Amino acid sequence: MTVLQKKTDDNPIAHLTDEDIETLGNELDAIRDEVLTTRGERDAAYIRKVIDARRKLELASRAVLLASGFPPAWVAGTVGLSVAKILDNMEIGHNIMHGQWDWMRDPKIHSTTWEWDNVSPSEQWKHSHNELHHTYTNVIGKDNDLGYGIMRVDEDQRWSPFYLGQPLWNFVNACIFEYGIAAYDLELRGAVKRGQFKDPDFRRRGKQVLTKIRKQITKDYIVHPLLSGPSAMSTLTANLTANLVRNLWTHSVIMCGHFPDGVETFTRRSIVGETRGEWYLRQMLGSANISGSKAMHLMTGNLSYQIEHHLFPDLPSNRYQEIAPKVEALFERYGLRYTTGPLPKQVASAWAKIIRLSFPNGFFDRKPGAKVSKLVRRNAGPARTAAAAA
Amino acid sequence: MSLLSPSRRRDSWRDRAIRLAGLATTPLLPDDYLDLFHPLRSGAPLRGRIVEVQPETRDAATLVIQPGGDWAGHVPGQYVRIGIDVDGVRQWRAYSLTHGPRPDGRISVTVKAVPDGMVSNHLVRRAKAGTLVHLEQAAGEFVLPTEGGKLLFVTAGSGITPVIGMLRNLYPVTDSGVVRLPRSEAYDIVVVHVAPTEPDSIFLDNLRELHDAGLIQLVARYDDQHGVLDVSELATLVPDLQDRTTFACGPGGLLDALGRHHDELGLSLFTEQFRLTTLVTGDGGEVSFTDSGVHVEADGTTPLLDVGESAGVLMPSGCRMGVCFGCVLPLREGVVRDLRDGRLTTAVEGDNVNIQTCINAAAGNCHLDV
Repeated sequence: MTVLQKKTDDNPIAHLTDEDIETLGNELDAIRDEVLTTRGERDAAYIRKVIDARRKLELASRAVLLASGFPPAWVAGTVGLSVAKILDNMEIGHNIMHGQWDWMRDPKIHSTTWEWDNVSPSEQWKHSHNELHHTYTNVIGKDNDLGYGIMRVDEDQRWSPFYLGQPLWNFVNACIFEYGIAAYDLELRGAVKRGQFKDPDFRRRGKQVLTKIRKQITKDYIVHPLLSGPSAMSTLTANLTANLVRNLWTHSVIMCGHFPDGVETFTRRSIVGETRGEWYLRQMLGSANISGSKAMHLMTGNLSYQIEHHLFPDLPSNRYQEIAPKVEALFERYGLRYTTGPLPKQVASAWAKIIRLSFPNGFFDRKPGAKVSKLVRRNAGPARTAAAAA
Repeated sequence: MSLLSPSRRRDSWRDRAIRLAGLATTPLLPDDYLDLFHPLRSGAPLRGRIVEVQPETRDAATLVIQPGGDWAGHVPGQYVRIGIDVDGVRQWRAYSLTHGPRPDGRISVTVKAVPDGMVSNHLVRRAKAGTLVHLEQAAGEFVLPTEGGKLLFVTAGSGITPVIGMLRNLYPVTDSGVVRLPRSEAYDIVVVHVAPTEPDSIFLDNLRELHDAGLIQLVARYDDQHGVLDVSELATLVPDLQDRTTFACGPGGLLDALGRHHDELGLSLFTEQFRLTTLVTGDGGEVSFTDSGVHVEADGTTPLLDVGESAGVLMPSGCRMGVCFGCVLPLREGVVRDLRDGRLTTAVEGDNVNIQTCINAAAGNCHLDV
């Protein structure tokens, strides 16, 4: 039994017994099994089609940008390139590197060989994302995706004046998101803190990142502009814009996955001896979906089905929307909150939380005494509160 | 030798051009974009396109394949390994090339659908012209001796396929009949072909045609008419057996029996068998970590990751619960069982199968590349 269950106040799973959680786990296993049994040609055709379309789109966009001095060409090329980069990072790269397509046994579409259009080398991203974030989802102190180590995104993270600036950090991070991810995957902040620059492993990984950055910059800001001849400057701004659009978009989508209101966080102690059912439960409570059109789901790499993705990170992404109704029905049957909403609402919710938590807990509470009760709770037992303070 | 240097220089120019193009395509390779338009070009990984599927019998078909630009040719009797996606999963199988080199540069293989054979059934019944397949260069030592001589072919079922490749090369059949080539005069060939029934016999028409033209001597045996062939009958079926070199291709049982028979009589025998690897599925087995040179017995419930670590192998690892794919390793050969749902994964050499070691346990002997 986890600490999560022992808490009495405001506990979203207080009504579930150990047996309930085990049954829930079995039901989720059955959903997974159903997908595995029917996984095949249709799914393979899907990912190949997306990869093929993305490559053609990038080729066409780069070709159009050769004449980027002509404003309509700049606009069309930039839009196309932005979409191509987003598809590459989200529906293609993220999901292939998760091993979602390893079952095809195609060495060219495989988690061990894939590299993406992003400055973070796939090897490092796979470690920090697949291994740390997906295993320790929303566990404070273990899952660094919670605020990326530079932001306070949960009441249980201790406040310091540094966080007053976090709306600004978050905006800057959004603009240069791929570099933020690279620094984060490299664990740069930890290395700075501990002065580990001479650590051979850090140096190796650092070199890997620098090589990747050099290649990405050479491609987008030197080679393609030069190929454009007289349109060199406008191609450079087009590529810069496409990278910015990709960064803002991916940042927004990812913020929606774990930061909006309604998403729970967990203490380190709560996951000791966690059962499979409890692990599933943590994924269910720690993730949020985005509702929207088919195109929106594609552009988010089906991370709009964040809950389904966290339950089954290795199932092909095109299947998440198929199983979503079954998963949502399970939430309802077990009396749990299936957090979802349209993109603007979820982005706003995540931003509101980041702004709210840049101040100490209870700062926005009108009621006198709210702060005190928080303090009492904090001292009373293992810390975990739902993000419903405001 | 002077001819070599310009071509070497051209290669290096080509390499340089590819490297330069790579600056514009990174992290993808220029090849990834060229594949969109011309997957069969030379310089690409070897592939082929199925151009025709010809039914042979009710359960066999010949696939005519246009190989990619780097196909290096073959010798009759050799086989080719073909990788084809069956229900989305890449599967590799070896098939005999059933033609000599063809003037149109195409290659052909004849596939017999075996019961429960996932790939053979797919190729015979579902494969369509236009499908892209993956190829390896032709290989195999089971080829026609170039100097000619007195030969005996003993073939059973689809074991006829490498032999038909040799015969077609020696005696090409055109619309106007069989062509007699001077280079084929040095051969004196008897074919003992075994099949369950006459209608199931692939290439029977071709064999009869060559027999009727007096180019080979065909001894056809059908299990339903003649009973299962006993190798000791060979001396009766082929009176000059002692003078012939035997080439045999068929199931393991027949080849073993022939081996013993020929050993006793001191006759030379060349054999070919495709399905060499028999994977035995069970609980646990011997696990070999090939690069580390470690071999240990593993039970059917311990994840291979733990098996390796306890044996001192430096295993890549991650979440240890099947989520992160940080522990993925090539399973060169063997059978493993997914401890979460009991699903089996099997691999033989060349299948290119990777497995998560943290949630798979040995279900038979396994070779892991680590």
